[in-house]
Amino acid sequence: MEVTLRIKRFNPELDQKAHFEEYRVEVEPNDRLLDALNEVKWHQDGTLTYRRSCAHGICGSDAMRINGRNRLACKILMKDLGKKITIEPLIGFKIEKDLLVDMEKFFDAYKSVKPYLIAEGAPGAGERRQSPEERERFDDTTKCILCAACTTACPVTWVTDEFVGPAAIVNAHRFIFDSRDEGGAERLKILNGGSGVWRCRTIFNCTDACPRDIKVTEAIEQVKRALLFE
Amino acid sequence: MAYHRYDAVIVGAGGAGLMAAIQMAGNANIAVVSKLYPPRSHTGAAQGGIAAALGNTEEDHWQWHMFDTVKGGDYLVDQDSAEVLAREAIDAVLELEHMGLPFNRTPDGRIDQRRFGGHSRNFGEGPVRRSCYAADRTGHMIIQTLYQQGIKHNVNFFDEFHLVDILFTDDGECCGVIAYEIKTGELHTIHAKTVLIASGGYGRVFKITSNALAGTGDGVALAYRRGIPLMDMEFYQFHPTGLYKLGILVSEAARGEGGIVINGEGEAFAARYAPTMKDLAPRDMMSRFIYQEVREGRGIDGKDYVLLDVSHLPPEVIDEKLPDVTDFARVYLGVEPKEEGIPIQPTAHYAMGGLPTNNDGQVLIDASGAAVPGFYSAGESACVSVHGANRLGTNSLVDLVVFGRRVGRHMLREIGTRELPALPDNPEATAAEEISALLSREGGNRAADIRKAMQETMMDKVSVVRTKFGLLEAQKEICELQEAYKHVALQDKGKRYNTELLEALELGCMLDCAETIIHGSLGREESRGAHYREDFQDRDDANWLAHSMITRTSSGLQLQKKPVKITMFEPKERSY
Repeated sequence: MEVTLRIKRFNPELDQKAHFEEYRVEVEPNDRLLDALNEVKWHQDGTLTYRRSCAHGICGSDAMRINGRNRLACKILMKDLGKKITIEPLIGFKIEKDLLVDMEKFFDAYKSVKPYLIAEGAPGAGERRQSPEERERFDDTTKCILCAACTTACPVTWVTDEFVGPAAIVNAHRFIFDSRDEGGAERLKILNGGSGVWRCRTIFNCTDACPRDIKVTEAIEQVKRALLFE
Repeated sequence: MAYHRYDAVIVGAGGAGLMAAIQMAGNANIAVVSKLYPPRSHTGAAQGGIAAALGNTEEDHWQWHMFDTVKGGDYLVDQDSAEVLAREAIDAVLELEHMGLPFNRTPDGRIDQRRFGGHSRNFGEGPVRRSCYAADRTGHMIIQTLYQQGIKHNVNFFDEFHLVDILFTDDGECCGVIAYEIKTGELHTIHAKTVLIASGGYGRVFKITSNALAGTGDGVALAYRRGIPLMDMEFYQFHPTGLYKLGILVSEAARGEGGIVINGEGEAFAARYAPTMKDLAPRDMMSRFIYQEVREGRGIDGKDYVLLDVSHLPPEVIDEKLPDVTDFARVYLGVEPKEEGIPIQPTAHYAMGGLPTNNDGQVLIDASGAAVPGFYSAGESACVSVHGANRLGTNSLVDLVVFGRRVGRHMLREIGTRELPALPDNPEATAAEEISALLSREGGNRAADIRKAMQETMMDKVSVVRTKFGLLEAQKEICELQEAYKHVALQDKGKRYNTELLEALELGCMLDCAETIIHGSLGREESRGAHYREDFQDRDDANWLAHSMITRTSSGLQLQKKPVKITMFEPKERSY
């Protein structure tokens, strides 16, 4: 079937401002949107620029705004997108070129919550013990692939840089609720600050956007409750 | 032109590169260069687990793991290396846990373990639970955990820098790399005492592959161009269960948990070929069984695929232990694995071959075992060889952490004693010329067309079953494509995020990998592990119990043999 891709283009080396260009491509219903983008890049316009790698929803490279929703281009099929598809870069980050945005701010926010195990005591010879129930407590937030779909779907991040965003909170959650971790208090203090969880307005855009089906808003709420009640 | 000086530069931020970096962080001045952001590395796509004889759920011993590795590799494994792998796996897995990796747990809180292809108890008696796992996203957890540790240890990351050359002195010492900054198009000379290539595999040379689009063999090919030999390139693993037409991996864990593969007649055919291990026979064998079934008309509806069936498993096992892979089937094929079989076919998955190294990751210059000063490799880009002719499932992750760790430690010692070699004159000249030729050429061939032709040739003639006739044809075709590659022209002439340029550079590397895969396959006139020659169907230990080493010289490709190290297990016929 033939579809039309309406793609937002911007190359700061050449363009004053962003504009849309349209490409008609022949696709199979089960093709990924990424396949269609590759078809354009490989056979029509080699200048079209986007990130991609694993092509099956694991590496987190190709989050973009597809028909107004943040998705991974490799995890949405053509048959679910209609005949005319609008593709734009993620909102809220500087556009570097076409669908490729500056991720530095995103990774800086991630790093700011100390996203690593903090456990000073010597672990001993074997593994640290953790019951299946303790392990289950933070399972959902271990699935994050740092694609930024959630953070850039959050309207709060569109209007202020003073919010670490949902993805950083998800990754803080992953450690705060890990029974082996001793850094929960440090992270909660960070997330209790001016750029922390209280910026969240519980809009649920993050949860809708997550390609890994992480219950992002719920994770943020759990952090808020930990701050209030623990 | 930018210049940087480091004690060590690591190319590739997957499991091996990061594991090495963590050993050195804080004790040496290091840089980690990757064309991706580190957590995008393909280690993250690994699913089923990481083997270690912890014995948490049943009796197990590292000697059993070593034996399975050697036998799985069809006795082409260097046994001293396999011993290192199996022994150190235990400590390496525990180290990952200490770093915070969220393994699944047993009821008493230990790391849980499950069955996996080719892993057995007591030297082949039957399956054993050896694979430590985190649902079916073990690789994701490893890459996340190691990246987290990198952040914790303030590792200096060069994100989105593409390797374009490896630098050597006239005396053959490694002295740095040239990296292309994707954001700006600027070339960076990274001058270093030691260089680690941990840039992964090259599955993208084949049409159907589980590999990321980034899996283009850059580090392997660039070293090869600089005269470094490549070892055992003919051994390329096809994983039996890739999603039909897409190649996306469906973990062996699906069979480890009890899934079976069935043909068009509804028969669980693996038992006919491998009566003991059945569906948990090693990957090379399972792929050949599927190939045979399809060829004899027993594919589904006579087509070129079979079904992986997990529908008989309890729904909670599917949800808790196989969530991602069953989701792939739903998303990409519209199949509900709880109710129906998943269409699968063999998919190009893992390069057993690569840069020859010793057990400390030092790259070897020839079959004598002499090391190239300052030059290291680990992970899929390296060939130690712990995987021999066929890698066992879960052993790639073991390889990454065990040898990533060893190489990092060795580099740290080397940094203490080694002087910084002088750079060659105009170190960036080769890379600059190559890039400028691609950017300035008008009206030429499309890289995409050449890539597609290469992938089809490799899939049709150099995959699960090979013949001399087919290989000679493939050799001719790849040679023609290399010629066509010299006339590639680009539409994007810019400096900023020129991903069209990068794809062209990657294609050049893949063509070099393809050349060596074919050359090795033609040379090896026997069948062993993943290399199956229809015209030489038996293993030939008298002539070929040896690694192949291919070097590009001015007078063509040279193939040398390197003896296999045998310590504990004499080669035997391999049956499951």
